[in-house]
Amino acid sequence: MKKKIVSTMLCLTMLASMAAGCGNDATTDAGATTDAGATTDAGAAGEAAGTEAADAGSAAVITDPSKVLNIYVWNEEFKSRIEDHYPGYTKIDATNGTIGDVAVRWNITPSDDNAYQNNLDATLLNQESAAQEDKIDMFLVEADYALKYVDTDYTMPISDLGITDADLSKQYTYTQDIVTDSNGVLKGLSWQGCPGVMFYNREAAKEVFNTDDPAEIQKLVADWDTFNQTAATLKDAGYSIVSSVNDTYRVYSNNVTSKWVEDGVINIDDNLMKWVEDSKALVDAGATSTYDLWSDDWKKGFYPEGKVFAYFGPAWLVNFSMAADTEGSIGYNGGWGATEGPQGFFWGGTWICAATGTDNADLVKDIMLKMTTDDAIMTDIVVQDDDFVNNKTVMDGLASGATKIQREGESEEHEYTSKILGEQNPLPMYCAGVDGLDLSNLSAYDQGCNEEFQHAMKNYFDGNATLDEALELFYTAIAEKYPSLKAPTE
Amino acid sequence: MKNNAKAVRYNKWGYIFLLPFLLVYVVFQFVPTVTTIYNSFYENYLDGLTQVGPNFVGLENYKSLFSSGDIWTFTKNTMVLWIMCFVPQIILSLVLGAWFSDVRLKLKGQRFFKTVIYLPNLIMASAFSMLFFTLFSDGGPVNSILMQLGFISEPYRFLTYTGSTRGLIAFMNCLMWFGNTTILLMAGMMGIDTSLFEAAEVDGATSTQVFFRITLPLLRPILVYVMITSLIGGLQLFDVPQILTNGTGDPMRTTMTLIMYLNKHLYSKNYGMAGALSVLLLIITAILSLIVFKVTGNDKRKG
Repeated sequence: MKKKIVSTMLCLTMLASMAAGCGNDATTDAGATTDAGATTDAGAAGEAAGTEAADAGSAAVITDPSKVLNIYVWNEEFKSRIEDHYPGYTKIDATNGTIGDVAVRWNITPSDDNAYQNNLDATLLNQESAAQEDKIDMFLVEADYALKYVDTDYTMPISDLGITDADLSKQYTYTQDIVTDSNGVLKGLSWQGCPGVMFYNREAAKEVFNTDDPAEIQKLVADWDTFNQTAATLKDAGYSIVSSVNDTYRVYSNNVTSKWVEDGVINIDDNLMKWVEDSKALVDAGATSTYDLWSDDWKKGFYPEGKVFAYFGPAWLVNFSMAADTEGSIGYNGGWGATEGPQGFFWGGTWICAATGTDNADLVKDIMLKMTTDDAIMTDIVVQDDDFVNNKTVMDGLASGATKIQREGESEEHEYTSKILGEQNPLPMYCAGVDGLDLSNLSAYDQGCNEEFQHAMKNYFDGNATLDEALELFYTAIAEKYPSLKAPTE
Repeated sequence: MKNNAKAVRYNKWGYIFLLPFLLVYVVFQFVPTVTTIYNSFYENYLDGLTQVGPNFVGLENYKSLFSSGDIWTFTKNTMVLWIMCFVPQIILSLVLGAWFSDVRLKLKGQRFFKTVIYLPNLIMASAFSMLFFTLFSDGGPVNSILMQLGFISEPYRFLTYTGSTRGLIAFMNCLMWFGNTTILLMAGMMGIDTSLFEAAEVDGATSTQVFFRITLPLLRPILVYVMITSLIGGLQLFDVPQILTNGTGDPMRTTMTLIMYLNKHLYSKNYGMAGALSVLLLIITAILSLIVFKVTGNDKRKG
């Protein structure tokens, strides 16, 4: 008897779960095909509320479905900036908050394996028919794929929100280049700038060149030819000039004079071919390696035993990613120095875009203005979070020492300096680098092209392929990722 | 007549009990298969946020699949990886199976060892792969041990050479699956009539002779079954090389398998090309399954 009951229960459970699966399908289908009718709306909203309630329990407070601000992000960074610096934001739990009477919902999907973009794509394509409270209001993008979103109607022009050029006068131009669509319309804003410099190991500099003065080191890496000669000197002294050829990739790729894709045909810029040529020479000479960024082998140089002379990167790299908290690392002992390096470049950065169809345009506008133009808030971000903010007035003030800062637990105001960089103030260098950046040569395919180009060339550097074979591999990989693109015909 | 009527009543229950399977099969197997075949005749992908197609293109997807020649390279890679994994695996499994099922040896702790050799199969392939990636990286433990022992003076860059990368993948797969194969073969060996072994013993056959003249021939149906299922599994090889090479199939795509290639097409949601490739895999797998069906089916009827 007992057995019979158990088996009946099992059968029922199975049937129920199957029915549930089919049921959900039907609702979503209906929602997608009919024009936001009242019934489907209610149905979809109910369903959404159900799921929300399961993980948050805050959905109950929402009375007006238009008063939900949906923000799509891939990590906690922007959320913590809003939590710490946006006036009037109240945190409810990890993914919910309120601003005034508007409920804020954070949809966090990690970038790994393109998951963030896949999720965002699906939601944006559904934006028109989505229930009012599920419509995306804001989403974040990175430079490498910004144009994929910016160059479509899914992203709202900044001017349509009521933000004027005068509001944005203090921002760095390059941050706007990246999110300007092919018709010259600005469609996103960023609160940070990520100008990069070269961080060198002071101990190694003293050992090999008898000086760790940034100005002297700069002379040794002033342009790529001197950089490569210096690499040879360092090699003889047992140091790799950079951890991997991928370290210099961004420096070259930010200084291109043509786009990755011209009229649907893949185009490799001369400066990238120069990267290939220079890198191959360095690898063949044993002056560096071909490790992937973020791999354990690449990170070895964060410690003195790694015998790496320099890394290229922006403030966040040295502040947060180079093991500065770990005892024995170079950063822990304040052993890095900063110098401009051969060319200016940037790495990383996050842009805020407003989604077309948002029902909270005023709030979106306010968040954008406060976070990306307000001097007081942005100074606060620098002081508290060591970010490089997208505000010339603030950064120039800190760079020249005119603006003093005082962190928690410090007795008096002082000039901005970096402990990791041996009390050097790197801001003047960042500010100089960021002015020279020209990023008008971006395309919507940059992410895939950059990734596949580095992958394919690794084979050439490692001696597993000739240059032509590696290029062929690159074109094949691109054709798979972007079926609409063609390889150039000889 | 009466008997027949009774049989019909039972038949009804047979169909009812089949229903859940049938439903699940239709929803999760049959419908996707048909839509995949349907999709393979269409141009259908996302270009950024712009949906291209679906436009009917006939056999265009199949043409471009074959014209580039890549498909042959990846088929070859897949087969090479499978052979590199299967040959050592079957030898190891046969030896272990013979030892475990040999009455004369009377191995102690059989249960323990059977569990232990099956254990690697319980680890997720991706976790296993990550582990090997770390172990065999340039600055990883394997290299430092080899250097400390003085075998090599510079780190051996395992993942930059075709041979060593393929070797690692094959080794991992072999390690994960030899336990499973051993248990299958052992079941087959224990199904062989013991009187045959006793007769051989009485006639003074050596254990080598027993193995090659009795065990192996009688094990043939199981061996074919193991081989074909392993081959089908081998065709679907994906997670181990994908994780180990970070999806690149490096060096120079010599470790890229068919399913990794399929995965490449999903970046742009290219259902057309991915569909064509899947149909091709379906055909190959169907042929292999037919073979196993014929071979094992016939033998059972005879024996």
